Amino acid sequence: MLRLGLHDLHTALGGKMVPFAGYEMPVQYPAGVLKEHLHTRTAAGLFDVSHMGQVLLRPRGTLREAALAFEALMPVDVLGLAVGRQRYGLFTDATGGVLDDLMFANRGDHFLVVVNAGCKVADIAHMKAMLAGACDVVPVLNRGLLALQGPLAEAVLERLVSGAAAMRFMDVAYLDWGGVELWVSRSGYTGEDGYEISVPDAALQGFAEALLAEPEVMPIGLGARDSLRLEAGLCLYGHDLDPTTSPVEAGLTWALQKARRAGGEREGGYPGSDRVMQELAHGPARLRVGLRPEGRAPMREGTLLFAGDEAVGAIASGGFGPSVQAPIAMGYVAAPFAKTGTELMAELRGKRLPVTVCGMPFHPTTYKR
Amino acid sequence: MKYTKDHEWLRVDGDLVTVGITEHAATQLGDVVFVELPEIETVVAEGDEVVVIESVKAASDILAPTAGEIVEVNEALVDNPALINEDPTGMAWIFKMKLDDLSVLDDFMDEDEYLELIG
Repeated sequence: MLRLGLHDLHTALGGKMVPFAGYEMPVQYPAGVLKEHLHTRTAAGLFDVSHMGQVLLRPRGTLREAALAFEALMPVDVLGLAVGRQRYGLFTDATGGVLDDLMFANRGDHFLVVVNAGCKVADIAHMKAMLAGACDVVPVLNRGLLALQGPLAEAVLERLVSGAAAMRFMDVAYLDWGGVELWVSRSGYTGEDGYEISVPDAALQGFAEALLAEPEVMPIGLGARDSLRLEAGLCLYGHDLDPTTSPVEAGLTWALQKARRAGGEREGGYPGSDRVMQELAHGPARLRVGLRPEGRAPMREGTLLFAGDEAVGAIASGGFGPSVQAPIAMGYVAAPFAKTGTELMAELRGKRLPVTVCGMPFHPTTYKR
Repeated sequence: MKYTKDHEWLRVDGDLVTVGITEHAATQLGDVVFVELPEIETVVAEGDEVVVIESVKAASDILAPTAGEIVEVNEALVDNPALINEDPTGMAWIFKMKLDDLSVLDDFMDEDEYLELIG
């Protein structure tokens, strides 16, 4: 089990440490998941996401050649991403299944990629194998990653780091904190405005403590991170996305830009493009949908969904939404049952309880576009 | 008050036993968001799953501490599951049962033994 650079800070803050993706991670602090969740929605929450993989793609030739090579791994427009901007991407396999979802940023002369902790070893091997020739794939091993999320994140970060407030959603920038170079993006995984901040290991604890010293900021564990992203309708890899799900089934077509679609300038040309293009043209067999259980019982991953006697899908992730104040879930259902308003039954502890297909997010997002 | 190794407390009043979960258990569960209570007059055996408590983190079953009949349930928990965190040993009693055999109560832990168990 690996330890985070901030392990001692987490335990000093009363964090309850649990295993997650090979790391000991704080699942909650003494305030508890509910208060941590609501604090992030009303003020600012600090998350340690240093377990995630930060990787630089350094072009061996031009950035354009590197972008085109990277496009061979994803159904996403890399070439069209402007300098100083970040975009959501996903690696697909030969069957069109999702190997991982990620963020990538154009930093002028290279790309910065941030991948999921549980996939990072495989992702790095995948990129090394597929991008050889076009890029050096350089894991960033001397930096931690923090996320500051919530409506007061902007005011807090600008107080410490000049230039934060001028950024808009999905901008990336190098900002200075007392001589320390921070890699900042205005993004996150909560549905709130906020930032993700890569910090050199030597300054990580000092910077985290400086943020926590601000009156608006509370440390937030994995428990609230999960309920926040669920309310925002965001996928958790390994639950809502995996090699059996395609980007189209997952409802991530917004991440598949025109340039890579049928008739686009750089149509196809990524693993599994046949399936993805076929599903884009004709619709997938099943779709990820939002689900609102009737009543108060949370419905969790694996709960089966029925239309009459027919099994039509299953919940991929679900729980209680503290801001929604009700159980919420997302899952995959056969396409004919994916329409908003469709009433299905979920099998919970031997009983069938009604759930309604709904749109997402469950809680409105507040990105600063 | 008596305690089970499953972190339930039992308050005995004649042949009627009130059951709840301990403060330790409530803290471990985290914020409770859902409670499913048994039907009154349900006859239960020791170890039957009689109550479901869901926190923001996970679902947990509360087991019948011994054989008997459920005679009363705390409906207030259905509308306000957070009572379990606020007052686990008072307002948030969960159910009352009539025991088949009162002598089994001797087998449960007293407070000192329970405190030793949870360290």
